[in-house]
Amino acid sequence: MKYLNIGFIIFTLALLGFSTYQALFVAPTEQTMGDVQRIFYYHAPTAWVAGVCFFVNFLASIAYLWKRSLNADALAAASAEVGVVFCTIVLITGPIWAKPVWGIWWTWEARLTSTLVLWLIYVSYLILRRFAVGSQTQTLAAALAIFGFVDVPIVYMSIRWFRTQHPQPVIAGGQGSGLDPVMWHAFLWNLLAFTCVGIAFIVTRYRLQKLENEVEAAHAQRAIAGGVQ
Amino acid sequence: MPPTSHPEAKNMTGTDETSCEPVIKLDKLVKFFGRFAALRGISESFVAEQLYVVVGDNGAGKSTLLRVVAGLTQPSQGSVTLLGACNIRNVAHSVGYMGHAPLLYDELSGMENLRYFAGLYGIADDSVCRAAMRQVGLDPKLQRRVGQYSQGMRQRLSLARAVLHDPKLILLDEPFSNVDAHSAREMATVLGQVRDRGKTIFVVTHQTALMEPVADEFVQMSEGKIVSRSRQRPSPQSSTLSSELERI
Amino acid sequence: MLVSSISVTRSTLLKDIRLEWRSKDAINSMLFFSLLVVVIFSFAFNPNAEESRRIAGGLIWVAFLFAAVVALNQTWARELRNQVLDAYRVSPAPPNALFLAKAVGNFLFVTILELLMAPLFVVFYQLRSEGPLWQLVVVALLGTWALVVNGTFFAALSIRTRNREIMLPLILFPISIPALLAMVDTTTIVLTGDGTPDFWLKMLLVYDVVFTLVCLLLFESVLNAE
Repeated sequence: MKYLNIGFIIFTLALLGFSTYQALFVAPTEQTMGDVQRIFYYHAPTAWVAGVCFFVNFLASIAYLWKRSLNADALAAASAEVGVVFCTIVLITGPIWAKPVWGIWWTWEARLTSTLVLWLIYVSYLILRRFAVGSQTQTLAAALAIFGFVDVPIVYMSIRWFRTQHPQPVIAGGQGSGLDPVMWHAFLWNLLAFTCVGIAFIVTRYRLQKLENEVEAAHAQRAIAGGVQ
Repeated sequence: MPPTSHPEAKNMTGTDETSCEPVIKLDKLVKFFGRFAALRGISESFVAEQLYVVVGDNGAGKSTLLRVVAGLTQPSQGSVTLLGACNIRNVAHSVGYMGHAPLLYDELSGMENLRYFAGLYGIADDSVCRAAMRQVGLDPKLQRRVGQYSQGMRQRLSLARAVLHDPKLILLDEPFSNVDAHSAREMATVLGQVRDRGKTIFVVTHQTALMEPVADEFVQMSEGKIVSRSRQRPSPQSSTLSSELERI
Repeated sequence: MLVSSISVTRSTLLKDIRLEWRSKDAINSMLFFSLLVVVIFSFAFNPNAEESRRIAGGLIWVAFLFAAVVALNQTWARELRNQVLDAYRVSPAPPNALFLAKAVGNFLFVTILELLMAPLFVVFYQLRSEGPLWQLVVVALLGTWALVVNGTFFAALSIRTRNREIMLPLILFPISIPALLAMVDTTTIVLTGDGTPDFWLKMLLVYDVVFTLVCLLLFESVLNAE
């Protein structure tokens, strides 16, 4: 199992190297925005991976409430943390893109705003995990995770409607912007690479959490057998 | 000479055979709070229509045990079977619990408190609440808010709340704390009478001398385990502060 | 013996109202806090300027939000005093009846606060409604329920954490953003008479139904998590 992990990580790094090469050198320069547009190859895939992470968190939380399995909770914790990291990357690459193109650091356009709200929801989830007391943590966190994920489509719908009423400059091409086939190619490689990076991080974090759980269980067994701590 | 009642004797006088069935079965019960094991693997059975007095030092796990049996805390490992049911929620109407804290609303009067809690058990009849208050020696017509009760009155009202729905199993956590000696003796007598009516009672207390006349069994706990069960009142061998004070 | 949910909800709600009336714990401080919020906002956002009437929608709902959070924290605090929540949990009464009673109680309470704060805003900001006011009322009711139903649930969550008071707004605000957006935009639409709030009305309805269901599904797990 360990060798599979290391092998996968090496594979992921190689893939990431290849996809970066594709993004920075192979893909053609964009007409209007120039080289800055290449951020798109990081911005879009990380957004996708963040979304997948939060979906995994949703499923793992339901699994926890249903089966009370600590492994499900470990997966929920791992996927939320990795999701927040990727979400942060989206929120940072967005302004980096916006500044040269629009001259402003932040634009309240629909997708970026929704990502911000998503980030807020899952950061609050992580804070709850940190500050809940004892064995209730898993149940409380799982409940909040379900609320958060159910809210996601509502957030997207509301903000999109609000923005169609009050438009703002749009990052990453609005409706009807097509992609050159070579660009599409580079995009897909990066999508694959970042998905693998996400998986690698989640698996590692999950295993770490499982180890922590095992240590706690060992302490517990000692407490039962040995006496008062 | 304590008038203990033996289950066998009860059977011979013709009460139902189920009084020999265990009303509570604990199977390898473990409860953790973080890394601290409050209950460390308890497997015991308790039969019905007995008054059990649970004793032990502070931190022995007595309150935790009561809370697990009441269904307020989920066990970390192991199981509790209560009145034949694995899920305690199913028999909630047959369980009465009196906690360490008063479990009462300070801004309501005695009757208002009882009326509300009776409603939670589906009891709409005021006379039940009045009878419960009288049984513990309180006046149902008292309008005073519970926040202004003396500690003894509060404990007695809390006891009334625990028994007003006529539960088969009654769990009491330190019912005599801060209660004057006279009220405490009266409460102990009331508990004996309730047990004689066919109820099972668990009392966690440090005041073993008070319970001796009515207790059927003393259950001694130490460091999360049940170390002994006997009809005799355990002698205060360890020189802990609580047992020292008890001797005063 | 099945205990009727409706009667437990009603008796719990009446008990809470009676407790609130007798202690006047939350009410007095809440009323004063609401007044303070309106006044402070008026200093911060000059009400005489023409633009401020266009942002009045945002101001009002942010003020309500902060006042509501303080109120929501109080609800469960009362049950923790004397650990009286244990008495409910031990009884056969269904947990959802408790939740509904608390949510409805909070709803009434927050609505009263809104009814007191709104006229102040109207007076301070010289607000006039160009559009149909009934739409504003409907959205206010739906939006308040949206805030309160999640707020009641999250307040029950946050009392089990180490920093209870700050935890509630931390987890409530992000999830409530769609509802807040709906209420703010509708207020602006109705006050300026510009556009129609139909979409927001429908969205709030969906939000209310979905989250009320989620709350009812998950409350028992949260109540008994110990």
